[in-house]
Amino acid sequence: MDISLTVNGRAHTVDVDPTSPLLYILSDTLGLRGPKFGCGLGQCGACTVIVQGRAVRSCVTPVRGMQGASITTLEGLGTVEHPHPIQQAFIDEQAAQCGFCVNAVIMTAKAFLDQQPHATEPEIREAMSSVLCRCFTHARMMRAIRKYAAHRAAAAEGGAR
Amino acid sequence: MSRLRMTPDAREALTRAGFSRRTFLKGAGVLLVGFSAAVVTEETGVAQRPGPFASQNAAIAGEVDSWLAIGRDGHVTAYTGKCELGQGMYTVQLQLVAEELSVPIERIHLIQCDTGVTPDQGTTSGSQSTPTNFNHRNLAQAAATAREALMGLAAGHLGAPVAALVLADGVIRVKGDASKQVGYGALIGGRKFNLHVSPAARRKPQREWTVLGTSVPRVDLPEVATGTFEFVHNVRLPGMLHGQVVRPPAVGATLVHVDEDSVRGLPGFVTLVVRHNFVGVVCDTPWHAIQAARRLKATWTPGVELPKQADIYAHLRAQQPSRDLLVVDSGDVEAMLRQARTTLTATYLYPYQMHGSMGSSCAVADVKDGKATVWSPTQSAYPTRSGVAMLLGLPIDHVHVIFKRGSGCYGLNGADTVSYDAALLSQAAGRPVRIQLTRKDEMAWENFGYAYVIDQRLGIGPDDAIVAWDYEAWLPTFGNRPGYSRPGNVVTGFLAGFDPEPFEPRHATPPTGRFRNGSNVAPSYVAGCIGGACGGAGTIRSERVLTHTVKSFFFTGPLRSPSRLQNTFAHESFMDEAAAHVKADPVAYRLKHLSDTRLADVVKAAARRAGWETRPSPHAAVSRAGIARGRGIACVAYEGDNGYCAMVAEVEVDQATGRISPRRLVMAVDCGPISNPNGLRNQAEGGALQGMSRVLGEEVTWDDHRVTSVDWETYHSLPVGFDIPVVETELIDRDGVPATGAGETTITIAAAAIGNAVFDATGARLRQAPFTPERVKAALAARGGAAAAHAGVAQA
Repeated sequence: MDISLTVNGRAHTVDVDPTSPLLYILSDTLGLRGPKFGCGLGQCGACTVIVQGRAVRSCVTPVRGMQGASITTLEGLGTVEHPHPIQQAFIDEQAAQCGFCVNAVIMTAKAFLDQQPHATEPEIREAMSSVLCRCFTHARMMRAIRKYAAHRAAAAEGGAR
Repeated sequence: MSRLRMTPDAREALTRAGFSRRTFLKGAGVLLVGFSAAVVTEETGVAQRPGPFASQNAAIAGEVDSWLAIGRDGHVTAYTGKCELGQGMYTVQLQLVAEELSVPIERIHLIQCDTGVTPDQGTTSGSQSTPTNFNHRNLAQAAATAREALMGLAAGHLGAPVAALVLADGVIRVKGDASKQVGYGALIGGRKFNLHVSPAARRKPQREWTVLGTSVPRVDLPEVATGTFEFVHNVRLPGMLHGQVVRPPAVGATLVHVDEDSVRGLPGFVTLVVRHNFVGVVCDTPWHAIQAARRLKATWTPGVELPKQADIYAHLRAQQPSRDLLVVDSGDVEAMLRQARTTLTATYLYPYQMHGSMGSSCAVADVKDGKATVWSPTQSAYPTRSGVAMLLGLPIDHVHVIFKRGSGCYGLNGADTVSYDAALLSQAAGRPVRIQLTRKDEMAWENFGYAYVIDQRLGIGPDDAIVAWDYEAWLPTFGNRPGYSRPGNVVTGFLAGFDPEPFEPRHATPPTGRFRNGSNVAPSYVAGCIGGACGGAGTIRSERVLTHTVKSFFFTGPLRSPSRLQNTFAHESFMDEAAAHVKADPVAYRLKHLSDTRLADVVKAAARRAGWETRPSPHAAVSRAGIARGRGIACVAYEGDNGYCAMVAEVEVDQATGRISPRRLVMAVDCGPISNPNGLRNQAEGGALQGMSRVLGEEVTWDDHRVTSVDWETYHSLPVGFDIPVVETELIDRDGVPATGAGETTITIAAAAIGNAVFDATGARLRQAPFTPERVKAALAARGGAAAAHAGVAQA
């Protein structure tokens, strides 16, 4: 079945098994490295992508429901040369060990804070309550997230996007 | 990571040698061989030896060319057998080479863990990478030797004595004469050193460091943060297929029949692979492979009946035969306990836990024409090469293992077993195959961390000092790291027909040799005396430490701080019980029984940093309801002398719900000269919080036949959004001592520090991990009345 998707601003039409979760289309058909298979059950966040501003767990999202969707992955935020502010915050805080969960943490936090730039600390924690990091880089990650939250709140005050 | 891509110059060096660096090195008159068989401590009961495929020759480590090559452009290519697993080892080894050679990091290319290219350094594990490569041997000493050789060459080239030369940024100049200078490239570019690593070469002392000892940011993090880093999960080959395995439905089940018709017509199906009890499918896409594995009809024997989870600790005690080891035995413990003013007894229980990697394990293999290449996240590139060769029936030098980083592994997750899976599937398919395990296959069949039953007894003398300490423990083992010759130590090799390391029962014999506390099986407070020579960190002279290793029904392996964590939980909690019994301050009481000044120093440093209030536990104002607050301390000399750490935990306990909320973890760490302070902090913080997660909620569960903790709803890992405590780390940078490990120090003491804080807050002693709300409530209910079920006090 042909499915048309826009991923990080680029249009793709792919011939895929419509029952396949979106994750495999992104990571295998399109060869993207941001979204990852962590559990395949929607429990850890490793596969998170952003669709229409919301964090979506692509490992449990059938691709057939994504016809025409515009999807942003971790590599769609910024580049090594020009990281997105939340990516820069993670680099600045050295907020990773193995790095496998970084997609989960950044994409979940970004989608949440972009929707709720004035979120309180407990609200941020709640938003991150089903995201895992098994290296337990939690303290640094929360620092990086708070840094982005401050940036986002300032941007919201200033009326910027 | 871009840095891993070789420069044209480095590539040329390899190409010139016919790609195989093995040939390159043979030309230098040395053999590329294994020299570091993993040593597994006796206490785990599974001693690993080099197998038939392991070379016995240690020559390679002794050659500078094994570690370093300098191109004509002056760029340095360094080779290491210690890989980046997320602990920062890649960046910090760049710093090491940059420091010793006085070359900017940007001009160094480090190639890690690639068989036939890098030295065989066995396994990247056990907090051994820093001690191995950052002291007076291997990578560090090779770089120091190279620098001295280059200075000597420059002296000849420039016609000036070495003493008249200065070195900076890979360029050697004559002091005071700017016209006379020569770069590394001109001196040796493209040629071999043909030089033995010299033990006499001068390592740069810490006071001269400009790169090492600084917080160089991780070079891989920009790619990680922007989703461009290539994990093993991202390796894609032309014509690559995708596999899945079908593991037995029950522990001990064996294959009776597989119905290939059940999958043959499925979309994308390529082939079914059956080898003994190993079953797998290969399809065109990952999704089709998952579907086919689910749909495959296979018949298995029922397997074994597992002991009831509720009875596991009694089960372990009852196992016969056992492999017994007396680590230390002064021979007078019973007598001293009888004479003591008071004896305390307690039993500590620790469950099976799992590595539980965030990403299930993945590998890619390409087996064709009698040769195999495996892209593997293994911590053991060369041993994995041996295992793959054995599984595939190939000569060892027809197998090439290339390390590619996977999800954090913490010891022995599914990385080795999935590498075997990929190799078996690719061999059968005749094409490259990628496999990433399902969450369930990862969690149900990994090599779990050891469960433990630990009986403790100690005697207290008239002056309140501990006069005798007796420890007896039971731990189950089955399998382990495969090493060079035991692919059956992990599930895939086992299912494919290879035996795990045999279980060899043994009666304990009196201890001989030198006391070493490699598994922290002895408490830090005993003297550790064998034949009059004492190697312990403490003062207690009457001591006995006896372990019984028994057969496990699950695969077991070295989960981060293996045995050390379980033993230290028991020791540091029991020490706290003793301090409380004599109404002594827990810090002061520890210091009273320590002879090791480095351990004492971290205890003092953590207490000072935490603002420790000197008083006995529990807190005088303990109330029996509401939120209780307390603090506890624990410490460890990791593996006896491989890193020193103390932690003060401050917790709140909700006495209605039994919920523990750690609020602050303050640590002091001494691991000798510090290579990268921020990297060390990252490890210390992660270890502390991982240790907190393990003690608050992690426990492998099972029913009559199978593991039931197979996802994140049934195995409880604290999420990023958990209300984490403030974490503070005090680093003690100590010059003039060997660089030690650090990555397993803080995790080792988190359980006891938290448990001791709960006792301080509530007066309830937690002796069984994890500290679930139910167990906390039970301990709270048992307060003050009769002694808790597992503990006792006897007055002489």
